[in-house]
Amino acid sequence: MNKIEASVHRRIRADKFFKAMIILLSLGSIVPMFLILFLITRNGISVVNWEFLSQLPKPVGEFGGGISNAIFGSLWLILLSFIFSVPLGVFAGIFLSEYKAGRLAYLTSLSIEILQGIPSIVIGIIAYVWVVLPMGSFSALSGGVALGIMMLPVIVMATAETLKLIPDSLREASLALGVSYPRTIMKVILPAGLSGILSGILLGIARVTGETAPLLFTAFGSPFMNQNILKPINSLPLTIFNYATSPYPEWHTLAWGASFVLIAFVLGLNLITKLVTKKWKVQF
Amino acid sequence: MESSVLKIENFAASFGEHTILKDINLSFSRNTLTAIMGPSGCGKTTLIRCINRMHELVPNAKVSGKILLDNQDVYDTDPIIVRRQIGMVFQRPNPFPTMSIYDNVIAGYNLNGIKLRKEEMDQTVEESLRKAALWEEVKDALHRKGSFLSGGQQQRLCIARALAMHPDVLLLDEPTSALDPKSTAHIEELVCQLKNGVTIIQVTHNIAQAARVSDFTAFIYLGELVEFGPTARMFTGPKDKRTEEYLSGKFG
Repeated sequence: MNKIEASVHRRIRADKFFKAMIILLSLGSIVPMFLILFLITRNGISVVNWEFLSQLPKPVGEFGGGISNAIFGSLWLILLSFIFSVPLGVFAGIFLSEYKAGRLAYLTSLSIEILQGIPSIVIGIIAYVWVVLPMGSFSALSGGVALGIMMLPVIVMATAETLKLIPDSLREASLALGVSYPRTIMKVILPAGLSGILSGILLGIARVTGETAPLLFTAFGSPFMNQNILKPINSLPLTIFNYATSPYPEWHTLAWGASFVLIAFVLGLNLITKLVTKKWKVQF
Repeated sequence: MESSVLKIENFAASFGEHTILKDINLSFSRNTLTAIMGPSGCGKTTLIRCINRMHELVPNAKVSGKILLDNQDVYDTDPIIVRRQIGMVFQRPNPFPTMSIYDNVIAGYNLNGIKLRKEEMDQTVEESLRKAALWEEVKDALHRKGSFLSGGQQQRLCIARALAMHPDVLLLDEPTSALDPKSTAHIEELVCQLKNGVTIIQVTHNIAQAARVSDFTAFIYLGELVEFGPTARMFTGPKDKRTEEYLSGKFG
């Protein structure tokens, strides 16, 4: 009797210990996020004001100046990468979910997985070789290509995984009404998966917004407000990189401010993604 | 005399090596309700899916023989045309979750890119919902999503959606198997009214249901048509021994 009691007590203690450990460790995984947010907010928020967001950078030695060209450049790069990757990614995703059994589908999903694992700096070099060298200049366009390649796997995966979850009964309902296959895909299957696809796209954008390495040899950076996609363009991460590695303390402050803007943007995108997924979720 | 609207001649179907149906000959009279019954896996669902060529969604499906709709072989017609003439309702209610009730009913037009005037749409929606005995329940919520409807209401919505295309033939694949007894009774009643305007072929594994609603019954066993005839006659005096055993619950 005593033996049993002792073993029960031991088990209860082990249980408690285990529970305490997982709570402690999961708290541990939250800490870095809060530390990063805290550090960046503390150092960056004092710099951010309307002037900072709307003005161009000033030359070394002059006080003030803003990052408007970097914000504009980042938005341009996002738009370009969006144009390159979304149509391709969504259609590849449709293909993967429709023809899951085929050889081409296997090859496609394998390539997408490998592409996802390629370091971003390598993708930057590839875009340099493909776009910058033939065109003879660093450009927003080449940056868009590099970021588009980075976004592609995220979108393909999100689309394919979302569409695979849509019940066949929906497809049958449409086909049985005499609706053609392409129309069934475009008007029934895609709308039903819209929230998943959109959140994939937003996550893709959030991912590439912070990319620096692929832009080093492509978008390159520029102190000017550039609106020509064939010319070098600035972006938030490039600005942070350039300012933070500079020897001037006032530029370091600007780098903190730019980091804050970047983090706020990415955080906002993530929140919107959560909202979209929740609000537009389709009940089958 | 009743004329036959759909004829199945020497029909056989297989998926890969697996033969599902062999040598089926059936003829369906206009505006009657035919029940197709048989134990699970006997091929009854395959048979009606072959009528509107939905079986072609399975990659290695093969058929031989003829299915004539108004003397025109459905296998010589584009499946898209066939499916507009032959409506189908599935085992589980499958309304389009992204669309309102209204849009669900005219989905056959909208999805096919057929433009209707507003009055025509309104009229089609009301008429179809009335035929499906759903109008009174949803007339104030036409522009809400169909997901708040009960299973039985959703199934009637699917029937309305099929009827909106004015099909010659309506295929019902065990339309009540996912519903509670009350909704089932409702659908049975509805189906009995509908057959005045459309030829109905209903698959069922519920013998009592076949007896209650159908004019004719076909009994399929192991991919063969065992017996076909007026329901009243078949249930009182089956000609084949297997039919008798099935009806008396000896197997199935």
